[in-house]
Amino acid sequence: MKRTGLLNKLWEFQNKFGYISDNAIAQIAQKLSVSKIEIEGVVSFYHFFHRQPTGKYIIYLNNSIVAEFKGFQEIKAAFEKETGCTFGCYGENPLFTLFETSCIGLSDQEPAALINFFPFTNLTPEKVKTIIQQLKNGNSLRFISSNPTSKIQYLPPEDKTIFYRKYEMGIALKKLKNHTPDEVLNLISAANLEGRGGAFFPTAKKWKSSKESSTSKKYIICNADEGEPGTFKDKSLLNNLSGLVIEGMIVAAYISGAANGFIYLRAEYMYLLEKIENTLREFQENNLLGNDILGIPKFNFNIQIQVGAGAYICGEESALIESLEGKRGEARIKKYYPTEYGYLGCSTIVNNVETFAMAARIIELGIHFISTIGTKESKGTKVLSISGDVAKPGIYEIEWGMTVKEILHLCQATSPHFVQISGPSGICINNTEFDRKICKEDLICAGSIMVFNNFRSITKILENYTKFFKEESCGVCTPCRAGNQILHEKIKKIKKGICTSKDLEEIKEWGKIIKLTSRCGLGQFSANTLIMALDKFEGYFNQKIIKTNENLNVEFDMEAAVYNYDSLIKDTQ
Amino acid sequence: MKNSSFKIDGRVCTAETGSNLIEAAKQNGIFIPTLCHFKHLDPLGTCRVCTVKLNGRDIAGCTVRVADGMEIEVNTPELLDTRKAIIEMMFVEGNHFCPSCEKSGDCQMQNLGYETGIKYTRFPHLFIDRITDARPERIVVNQNRCIKCKRCIEEVKTFDGYKVFYSINKGNKTLVSIDYEQEAKLSELQAVRAMHICPTGSILVKGKSFSKPFGDRQFDAITEEKSMSLNPVKKQRATTKKKIVATTSLAGCFGCHMSMLDIDLGILDLFEVIEFNKTPITDIKNFTKHCDIGLIEGGCSNTQNIEVLREFRKNCDILVSVGECAIWGGLPAMRNTFSLEECLRESYLDSMTSEENETIIPNHEDIPKILNNVYANHEIVKIDYHIPGCPPDANYIWNVVKNILFQEEYSIAHPKYKYD
Ligand SMILES: Cc1cc2nc3c(=O)[nH]c(=O)nc-3n(C[C@H](O)[C@H](O)[C@H](O)COP(=O)(O)O)c2cc1C
Ligand code: SF4
Ligand code: SF4
Ligand code: SF4
Ligand code: FES
Repeated sequence: MKRTGLLNKLWEFQNKFGYISDNAIAQIAQKLSVSKIEIEGVVSFYHFFHRQPTGKYIIYLNNSIVAEFKGFQEIKAAFEKETGCTFGCYGENPLFTLFETSCIGLSDQEPAALINFFPFTNLTPEKVKTIIQQLKNGNSLRFISSNPTSKIQYLPPEDKTIFYRKYEMGIALKKLKNHTPDEVLNLISAANLEGRGGAFFPTAKKWKSSKESSTSKKYIICNADEGEPGTFKDKSLLNNLSGLVIEGMIVAAYISGAANGFIYLRAEYMYLLEKIENTLREFQENNLLGNDILGIPKFNFNIQIQVGAGAYICGEESALIESLEGKRGEARIKKYYPTEYGYLGCSTIVNNVETFAMAARIIELGIHFISTIGTKESKGTKVLSISGDVAKPGIYEIEWGMTVKEILHLCQATSPHFVQISGPSGICINNTEFDRKICKEDLICAGSIMVFNNFRSITKILENYTKFFKEESCGVCTPCRAGNQILHEKIKKIKKGICTSKDLEEIKEWGKIIKLTSRCGLGQFSANTLIMALDKFEGYFNQKIIKTNENLNVEFDMEAAVYNYDSLIKDTQ
Repeated sequence: MKNSSFKIDGRVCTAETGSNLIEAAKQNGIFIPTLCHFKHLDPLGTCRVCTVKLNGRDIAGCTVRVADGMEIEVNTPELLDTRKAIIEMMFVEGNHFCPSCEKSGDCQMQNLGYETGIKYTRFPHLFIDRITDARPERIVVNQNRCIKCKRCIEEVKTFDGYKVFYSINKGNKTLVSIDYEQEAKLSELQAVRAMHICPTGSILVKGKSFSKPFGDRQFDAITEEKSMSLNPVKKQRATTKKKIVATTSLAGCFGCHMSMLDIDLGILDLFEVIEFNKTPITDIKNFTKHCDIGLIEGGCSNTQNIEVLREFRKNCDILVSVGECAIWGGLPAMRNTFSLEECLRESYLDSMTSEENETIIPNHEDIPKILNNVYANHEIVKIDYHIPGCPPDANYIWNVVKNILFQEEYSIAHPKYKYD
């Protein structure tokens, strides 16, 4: 057994026994010649691995902010009532174990849960009752689960649609044969393709760097970890166009010379596994994967799927690589780019699902087609996942440059007030900014738009985000690990109504420290929305703060401070 | 070997190309604080107290390799404050009761607290219940003090190459934990080395603590007269009138008051310039005048503490928290990681000396109510100055008071600045 196989090995135990026992850990540690604590460290990093026996059905209920506003609490209570179990507790029932989990990529169909990784969407207490009854009766999950497909709500006119147009296998690859890797690279470069995973790094530059690297082996990784709450566009692309994504990876391999690729698929999308595997098999059968691809001598490339195990940070490319290596998904220090020192020390290209799909379309459709669409700096279209207080949540393929207002109109948003662009790590905008355009020149968007109406509590939104970061930080560096806990304390103060203008100032100052000193993007962006919201929704926060007497300029919640004592005395009389 | 020329805070420096910035700066006489950094290891980059600016961008200094033309900022006011903030985060994330810590005086983290001049933490203490694990053979791991720097993970290995420490969990639940089986293979010498590698008091070797007396500890011995400058002083009206001082002890042990009295004959000089109003020193029980300054020992553990503190705020122009308990709760705050119920049950119902089947926790409307937590004074009212120490040295206290009241220049010598 190799270290790189650790995650799969742990999945084997998890799936077979429902948990990873001391014994399993000892066995694995012995095989890998490492100490048990090291395996324990890996197991405990991923929240789909359990160290205690679980029930036959493990239920993961999404607690993202969209879910929270769509009735998460009610559904949570329903699950507890119907199963007689408590969330987060082991060993209560041989049939069920319940956990909360962060966004599962079904924001357009919330409240939603995964039961043994089968999706159940648009839950209501009645539905929960039926589901649990059916499971008790021994019905098969496969038959009773929901269809997780996100509805494609909008496409540009046909001559401007890029992603969701007709696709057949090899549509891009067949054009490779007539071009050298350099020519293909130039094409990608001319189309101005920038990464769609959030950082918008020029793809051609990344690929070139790997092409020029001299490491003995090279790798291509497709980042399908899509953990940013409110994002489900990669899921939709993999569901509808997995072949296109794979072609993009093959194009990258053609350029860099990599012989091996991985699709790092988040466990939340386990239901797509079979489909992607089938596509890979078809590619192999058609000589589009394997050896001498397309008859091009020595063009050998194979793709493997690695299923993640529940860790948002594994979407960060260096953490993803660590995870692939069978380690804790901790972000690496930024001494090298993955294209210099990536998977097992080799040059590695990591790109988002959509980036690969786009690259394939560029090859297929040609530069002229692409460059007529979009804005000067953002060419082509963008796939968005839209959720929240809108009548038509789902997938939108938009031409770069569309305004927020147009989008809100398309999705039939009802009194939009607080709009989150690119998920909690992104930015929030208020209604004075709805004329802004989605493109690089103005408002860049990685793929998620969450719309909240006038009646939603901004404090709740921000608390949900901060809790998410606090729990999903990889824990390796001080400012992100400790800082997000500290910010959460501040938000609790706002919630309690004992916050002063000084508290708000401090949130901004402290958020900035976290941003500047954190080791990776998670910490660097975790306080962004919070800081921004304080200014953009100033009126709201002005109502939240209390003015205090100058010398007692600190507000103290005396009632809460003596509550425990009072109730204890009452109870012990 | 090629040398690079680069700038730190505008000063031209040279060092071997590709060498580590921390070491390169040191060779050029510039100190960059570090905690996780080890000269011979690949940078860990976990603690972030070495944050500097490289060509205008914030970065962990220990991960930078020197190259020609780099512009590095180290000691700008902003960076000094940023690094201080990171250490403050470590103090509030763990439970650092320095006065009762075996490593105190030998602790690198504590020393950086002194170096960066932390008097109190801007952040609220989190008071998370963390375990002290004494199950290993030779080592005790005290999670209250671990800053997850990962030094031990990289450096402590058995003879056959197995790791003894490793991180577990993630996010706010991250811990650095120990492998009992591997630990048992460590020799006494290896265990002691692990204790020294740890920059805090998280790794201790059974039977080895408290071996060095006060004054002989690593960071006591700093001879260099390095001075901490104090807070800028508020402008006061110059007056020849005696200043009026009040003091009180809230949830403290009276140690700080004992220390205040510990200036021997100096107290006579002091009486030339100040007079006491409400204070246990003179036993004046109530305020009879408005005071210039109030010195508060101890934090707030019950409702009466809060009342007294608020009364002090009303009656004094300037309030000073004296000692660790006043500044952030100190030793009484050890109870903050437990629920109040656990504490009271333990003291009154389930203790060895309580009556069999005791059910009543003493209470009466005249007895102050116990708060759910012990609070720092600055969480209740505005506090103008903080004097750290447990207790602070007598001369130090009065010098600071005079410094505040009469704007006399005074800065404290480094070895006097203590949390224990
Ligand atoms: C905390 C964090 C989470 C991330 N999650 C994802 C993700 O789920 N999917 C993704 O493609 N990129 C994610 N990224 C960005 C990746 O690090 C990386 O930039 C991206 O995969 C590169 O691909 P691209 O250039 O095609 O965008 C994340 C980054 C950070 C800092
Ligand atoms: S910023 Fe957060 S997620 Fe990134 S390395 Fe630090 S602790 Fe890990
Ligand atoms: S001496 Fe160091 S480890 Fe011990 S409590 Fe103080 S800061 Fe923490
Ligand atoms: S035990 Fe000590 S050396 Fe190990 S991570 Fe914690 S603070 Fe660092
Ligand atoms: S010394 Fe640089 S991050 Fe710890």
